[in-house]
Amino acid sequence: MPRLKRRYLHLKVQSEEPVSRKEITDAIWGTISRLYGEYGASQVNLAIIEYDEHVRYAIVRCKHTALKMVKASTAMITEINGKPAEVQVVKVSGTLKALRRKAVT
Amino acid sequence: MPRTLKRDMTTWVDLQLRPTLTNAQQTKSMIRKARELGYRVVGISLPLNPTPNTIQALRDLCCDASVDLVTRLDLAPSMPHELLLNLRRFRRKFEVISVMCCTKAVARQAAKDRRVDLLAFSMMNSRDRFFDRAEAELASKASTSLEVNLAPLLSLRGQSRIRILTQLRKEMVIAEGFGVKVALSSGATNLQSMRSPSDFVAIASLFDFPEESANQAFSEVPIEIVKQNREKLSKDYVAPGIRVVKGLQKRVADATPEKTLPAPEGSE
Repeated sequence: MPRLKRRYLHLKVQSEEPVSRKEITDAIWGTISRLYGEYGASQVNLAIIEYDEHVRYAIVRCKHTALKMVKASTAMITEINGKPAEVQVVKVSGTLKALRRKAVT
Repeated sequence: MPRTLKRDMTTWVDLQLRPTLTNAQQTKSMIRKARELGYRVVGISLPLNPTPNTIQALRDLCCDASVDLVTRLDLAPSMPHELLLNLRRFRRKFEVISVMCCTKAVARQAAKDRRVDLLAFSMMNSRDRFFDRAEAELASKASTSLEVNLAPLLSLRGQSRIRILTQLRKEMVIAEGFGVKVALSSGATNLQSMRSPSDFVAIASLFDFPEESANQAFSEVPIEIVKQNREKLSKDYVAPGIRVVKGLQKRVADATPEKTLPAPEGSE
């Protein structure tokens, strides 16, 4: 069975109000399903690996073929749970270790 | 073997920022954010008759943020003759001229006029976009580019966004077929609708615009437009390929430094 390739994205959440892990998760899922439908969302294999509420950085994982979908969806976020917000992709990597290393540098 | 990180060598250009110029704080924040997001050149829409102070204030703000300012005028004529009149009056005062084509007649006139740099169409209503094959043919002959603002896509929802994406997909195929260059810009009116170049490239994939073309549409295409126009606006310019060089030494001594586009990041 071929190895499943994944991509890890380092996201920066910008909002004037606090954003919880559930809210960011719902916002990303919501945008993906609005843009690509349930069928498209099912192919993304999205998972929130970690989210720091204070620093507002998140690490999400997706299938490597769905990277473009996730990037487009996060860029399209304009509000999270009714609060104006934006999500920026800071770094993308193939491994969690490399992503953390890149994030530090 | 140690891996080296690849540095971004592209000069990213956001050819349209639309801050409220009377709000100095917002303008300053938007220019700073543009720099933080990675843009080196920023086009700001100016009113028809901007005061020298307005332009100088913008230049100072851009200089502080290490961003190159491109002065740009957005015309929105209702009749073709109004467009011709405005082009005659303002062409030599701005580095980039964009025409918002509200009617088909204006769109046709703008597409065949070499003084027009960018053709813009409504992003809110797909019925008001007149970029069809005939328009593309005229634009191709006059080397006019098609401009697509991406920030309005963020605010649209549901059916209206679906319609505009469908229309943009068609237009990208037509533009490619006729060799019309496409320039992408944000068209951001506030801080919240500003995104990084890579985010906008990802958004462009929603209307099947290839990544490579989208990268060019955010860098090479606008740079080429600005470069050509700056050359045309320089005092020595006569015609394409012809410049006045007589009395060069005197002029070099007198002249203020000529504006050039910033070198790509990492090349210094």
